[in-house]
Amino acid sequence: MATLEIRDLHVSVGDGSDGSKEILRGVDLTVQAGETHAIMGPNGSGKSTLAYAVAGHPKYEVTSGTVTLDGEDVLAMSVDERARAGLFLAMQYPVEVPGVSVSNFLRSAVTAVRGEAPKLREFSKEMKQAMDDLSIDPAFAQRSLNEGFSGGEKKRHEILQLEMLKPKVAVLDETDSGLDVDALKVVSEGVNRFASGDTGVLLITHYTRILRYVKPDFVHVFAGGRVVAEGGPELADELEEEGYEKYLKAGASL
Amino acid sequence: MGLEQKPLSTLHDKASYEVADFDVPTGREEEWRFTPLRRLRGLHNGTAEEGGKVLVEAEAAPEVTVETVGRDDARLGKAYVPVDRVSAQAWNSFTEAVVVTVPKETVASAPTVLRLHGEDASAAAYRHTTVIVEPFAEATVVLAHRGVATYADNVEFVVGDGARLSVISLQDWADGSVHVSHQHARLGRDARFVSHNVSLGGDVVRISPSVSYDGPGGDAELYGVYFVDGGQHLEHRLLVDHAVPNCRSRVDYRGALQDQDAHAVWIGDVIIRAEAEGTDTYELNRNLVLTDGTRVDSVPNLEILTGEVAGAGHASASGRLDDEHLFYLQARGITFDDARRMVVRGFLGQLVERIEVPDVREKVREAIEAELDQGASR
Repeated sequence: MATLEIRDLHVSVGDGSDGSKEILRGVDLTVQAGETHAIMGPNGSGKSTLAYAVAGHPKYEVTSGTVTLDGEDVLAMSVDERARAGLFLAMQYPVEVPGVSVSNFLRSAVTAVRGEAPKLREFSKEMKQAMDDLSIDPAFAQRSLNEGFSGGEKKRHEILQLEMLKPKVAVLDETDSGLDVDALKVVSEGVNRFASGDTGVLLITHYTRILRYVKPDFVHVFAGGRVVAEGGPELADELEEEGYEKYLKAGASL
Repeated sequence: MGLEQKPLSTLHDKASYEVADFDVPTGREEEWRFTPLRRLRGLHNGTAEEGGKVLVEAEAAPEVTVETVGRDDARLGKAYVPVDRVSAQAWNSFTEAVVVTVPKETVASAPTVLRLHGEDASAAAYRHTTVIVEPFAEATVVLAHRGVATYADNVEFVVGDGARLSVISLQDWADGSVHVSHQHARLGRDARFVSHNVSLGGDVVRISPSVSYDGPGGDAELYGVYFVDGGQHLEHRLLVDHAVPNCRSRVDYRGALQDQDAHAVWIGDVIIRAEAEGTDTYELNRNLVLTDGTRVDSVPNLEILTGEVAGAGHASASGRLDDEHLFYLQARGITFDDARRMVVRGFLGQLVERIEVPDVREKVREAIEAELDQGASR
């Protein structure tokens, strides 16, 4: 049973000159296998910072608190060690890497995460099936990673990686943003396939739209760099009706 | 506009077969300011002692003739007149030349390979090579430079009307080599020329590929890949001279640099003369800096003397490995070192994969891996 535990996490972003700015101000969150958590909040509330800090992006500095995965200290791990330990971050803006083909990249990643190179034939079959499930044109396998992909194509490729790498806990950073309804359905189906396993999902979103397709067990409202409200799926319905207004004030007063 | 009033380009205006027509470079000249003259072993000022040897071994396609000829052969020096002192010195000092001929309307069934092997760097060697692709013929020529040498040469590519020539020049010299070379392509009407320069080894390598067009419809693609290690000076100076209408040129040179005093120089000159209406040109240079202590000089120059161009542009960018690239790959479990290799391999690989000869392409890939191993072993 995988458990991601975040305790009193404080994170700052250095601006390069006069000190740094604190973005996360004491986040507590536990994601267990089999659970889907939605983190919702207005722009600038620190949702993405949480995602990147957990993944280990060098721009974000953890000033205090702990993050553990099955009791292992995630913060002591390098970025690649975190991924090999079973964490996955689906990025909001996946970067383009010229000259690195999707298939080469996927094979390298799968090899790294599984600890051994998959047999070429089996890997090709697996990749083809996973691409098919997400309605990705097989020709994309030979294209440079994310290069010239539309926003929707990039997001589908993030979910493709999620399904192939099979992490213990996945953090999805605004995977729904910029998707049309058809793409949103395809992506949501992929997330649901993944979430049906013995895995944890932390779904970060600004909108409630994706929650019609991916049902969260828990909803956390983020404001001012911390969780200001928690509840079940009904909390998402309330946000749909009322928006973030009252939480914005709550965040500011903290 | 009559010929008399034709505005003259400020780039590369002097050409002569005579060494004395060129002053000894001091290092202050625009064309020499990036080159470490003291490391040229006198190739530039007449003090180089002659007697070095660069031997050539040819493996010709069955349809292609390769001849070794003397200085008096009438086919030499027709397409190219030396444009600097080292080039003129090479023209006046070589004792034998190689002429490669692809007969009219013949399609060569295999690449023609010239293996140029340096035997000794203690004295200077000079050579001349002329490749003639007659009208409507097609061929691929590989120039593979290895061994150790102090070497200056001129290479002419004469590509006839409707002909096609693909050239791969591999500078894979051993340490302690100096190589200064001009490679000039003269394209006939509707001729197509593709060149790859791959520069990896040698102490100082200065290659000057240039292109001129004799008739409309000419198409030149000039690619280059280089990997500069500590202490190496690898310089590529390109000149594309559009003097007739409706020709096309593309330049894409990419390099990686690692370790103290690795120095890459790229000069990309393109002239579009007043007569060259409908020209379509783009040139690009990118450098990936892998460690501290390296230096890149990248200077694109585009001189346009007509308003009627189909397209003209250039770009140059040099920078470190992108942290976001590395983060993305690492976030998928790939180690830092593997991520770094993937990014460099991808960056250079986009040009390497264009090399049409599989053996050569594979050798270049292996050489890049070896360079990356060297970078990782520290």
